[in-house]
Amino acid sequence: MGTGMRRRTLLEIGVSAVTASAISCARGGAASPWRFLTMAQGQTLEAVCAQLIPEDQDPGAKDAGVVNYIDLQLSTRFKRYRPVYRQGIAGIDEASRTQFGRVFAALTSEQQLIILNTTEEKDRAFFDLLLNHTRQGFYGDPRHGGNRGMVSWRMVGLPFPPVRGRQHYETQAG
Amino acid sequence: MALKKVNAVIVGAGAGGGVVAKELATLGLTVVLLERGKWYSAADCRKDDLFNQRTQVLGAKFGPDDERNPRVAVDEQGRESIVYPTDGGYSNNAACVGGGTFSYGAMAWRFMERDFRMRSTYGPVEGSTLEDWPIGYADLEQFYEKVEWEMGVSGDDSGNPFKAPRRKALPMPPLAPSREHQILLPAARRLGLHPFDIPMLRNTVPYNGRRSCMRCRWCVGFACEVNARTGTHNTVIPAAVATGNCELRTDCMTREILLDSQARATGVAYYDARERLQEQPADLVIVCGGAVESARLLLNTKHRLFPAGLGNRYDQVGRNLQSHSYSGANGLFERETYDDLGPGASIAICDYNHGNPGLTGGAMLANEFIRLPYQFMAQVPPWVARWGQEHKEFVRSAYRRTIVVMGPVQEMPLADARVQVDPKVKDRWGIPVARLSGGRHPHTIEIGRYIAGKAEAWLKEAGAVQTWKRVPGRSLSGGQHQAGTCRMGTDPKSSVVNANCQLHDVDNVYVIDAGVHVTNGGFNPVLTILANAYRASEQLLKAWKGTKVMA
Repeated sequence: MGTGMRRRTLLEIGVSAVTASAISCARGGAASPWRFLTMAQGQTLEAVCAQLIPEDQDPGAKDAGVVNYIDLQLSTRFKRYRPVYRQGIAGIDEASRTQFGRVFAALTSEQQLIILNTTEEKDRAFFDLLLNHTRQGFYGDPRHGGNRGMVSWRMVGLPFPPVRGRQHYETQAG
Repeated sequence: MALKKVNAVIVGAGAGGGVVAKELATLGLTVVLLERGKWYSAADCRKDDLFNQRTQVLGAKFGPDDERNPRVAVDEQGRESIVYPTDGGYSNNAACVGGGTFSYGAMAWRFMERDFRMRSTYGPVEGSTLEDWPIGYADLEQFYEKVEWEMGVSGDDSGNPFKAPRRKALPMPPLAPSREHQILLPAARRLGLHPFDIPMLRNTVPYNGRRSCMRCRWCVGFACEVNARTGTHNTVIPAAVATGNCELRTDCMTREILLDSQARATGVAYYDARERLQEQPADLVIVCGGAVESARLLLNTKHRLFPAGLGNRYDQVGRNLQSHSYSGANGLFERETYDDLGPGASIAICDYNHGNPGLTGGAMLANEFIRLPYQFMAQVPPWVARWGQEHKEFVRSAYRRTIVVMGPVQEMPLADARVQVDPKVKDRWGIPVARLSGGRHPHTIEIGRYIAGKAEAWLKEAGAVQTWKRVPGRSLSGGQHQAGTCRMGTDPKSSVVNANCQLHDVDNVYVIDAGVHVTNGGFNPVLTILANAYRASEQLLKAWKGTKVMA
């Protein structure tokens, strides 16, 4: 069938385009699922974000795709923050190794909180940047790579899709 | 290469420039309207909560862009840094056809009589350049009315006993009251205050061929999807173009005003959309770039007679930069306050604009615009953890249970809060950029604390179980309500333009935007900018004699 052929061709083009960009940029490395982050950086960042907005009865930063949002922005609009992220993530892992002998993602939740409280104090600029980006990725528009499935909008009870064109004159008293 | 000469070239298609273009073109003058940004439409409402004019974390949707438009900001310790439109400290206002009016919240306030006579009402404030306007409310009243009826304002201020006298009521009724409105209204009355419906440049019934507000949640910061919100982009600018006498040129960045040997203007030099330098000859040059960019253009126009910039013989251009020091409070309620109805802001009081004991002025207080979840981050109280489980739980439980009441505190002008041009940093076109320095007067902050206390009391009376204040710091104030840099006055030694908005020293150059505001009222300034543009246009046209204005 014609449509089947087209779909397959598009899929192949898509795959080869991804491969080509991964090779030409070599940012995240061939094995990394991310655009900018390396596999190891992505693991650390995911663990950090999961503490900033944890999962409870509602999904947290990890399931909402916050790291996907940050990685996508670091590849486009947030290019200027790349060095800050490289250093900041390295700093968190280094502190984790020094204090507990393992990288951040391998620590217990209690150990992670100790490291993050120290980071918030010692590296406030990076911590605040990351916190803002995490909030954007969790509470912002899904089109930018985060808030997967509109999880945060569901969580706060924001009607979506919105009722369009209404006037709500029934709310008028009398 | 010079283009065909016109009667007037207007720099900036925002609030002021749009009105002037329409008034001049309607009376038969030939006009070129230059705008550095683009002409957006209702179709440009992308409802992107991270990329709009209110929340700019992924860019300022309606300009200017970060890549081409740096500025230099100097903090109170004298440290300078290069800043971009999406940074705090840049004092950004939109760069597009309509200017700020394309994506604003659209409150349409008349100033009060005392707002034009701050110095004679309250006396001098130490360290401040507080002054009276050379015109009064009576000079503007008929033009306020003209904006309200020609462009279209909705609302109902009949319940506001503090308002200055008006001859005609507003042409459109207010929107039906939201839940916040219904909670705040009886509380204000119990406190003996005088609540009423905010006037807005917003259709609430079909008006001027455009439909009414559909009350969506993408209001301030966004393009209005149904074209119900009113700005110069969907009223006076299309009307100006429709006369056949006005040509609107977008993506055009003005470099300087061209002058003859006697320092009379002969036109402007600008870079067109393809970045080619063009010269547009004109009988009149009308500068409408907003307080920061208008001052920058004058300062970048150097001449033998004006070595420090056009109209800057007495070092007044760029001084007295002011805006509003928004102050107020947040309240957390047990009941739900969120009803998902835009625009959100709807109820106001003017009980604290004037007559506050020991204070010079004050502010109108109103409930805030509807907020999207990311914007709610700014409303988490200081005692809640900044991250982790506690923060998430607060957002989840409080998002639909808060009300914010804020007011634009009128600021005490400072000579040292100023726009200069930077000696080193240039923009994409090689034009020296604006250099912003200075801070806020301590009395402004004092008024802010008082106003925040009043907002808190209103919220408590309305049933808030917890409240927390919001008071600004001492850093330089600017942004969307920027004003004051080309002060209107009678004395050339302490002002830049005369009461007709004409440069004291050069009779064929005008400044018509909020730059001429001597003080900025305790209100959103747009209706005053628009009304003054109608008034200044009328003065100009009365004196117009074919190719020049006669004194």
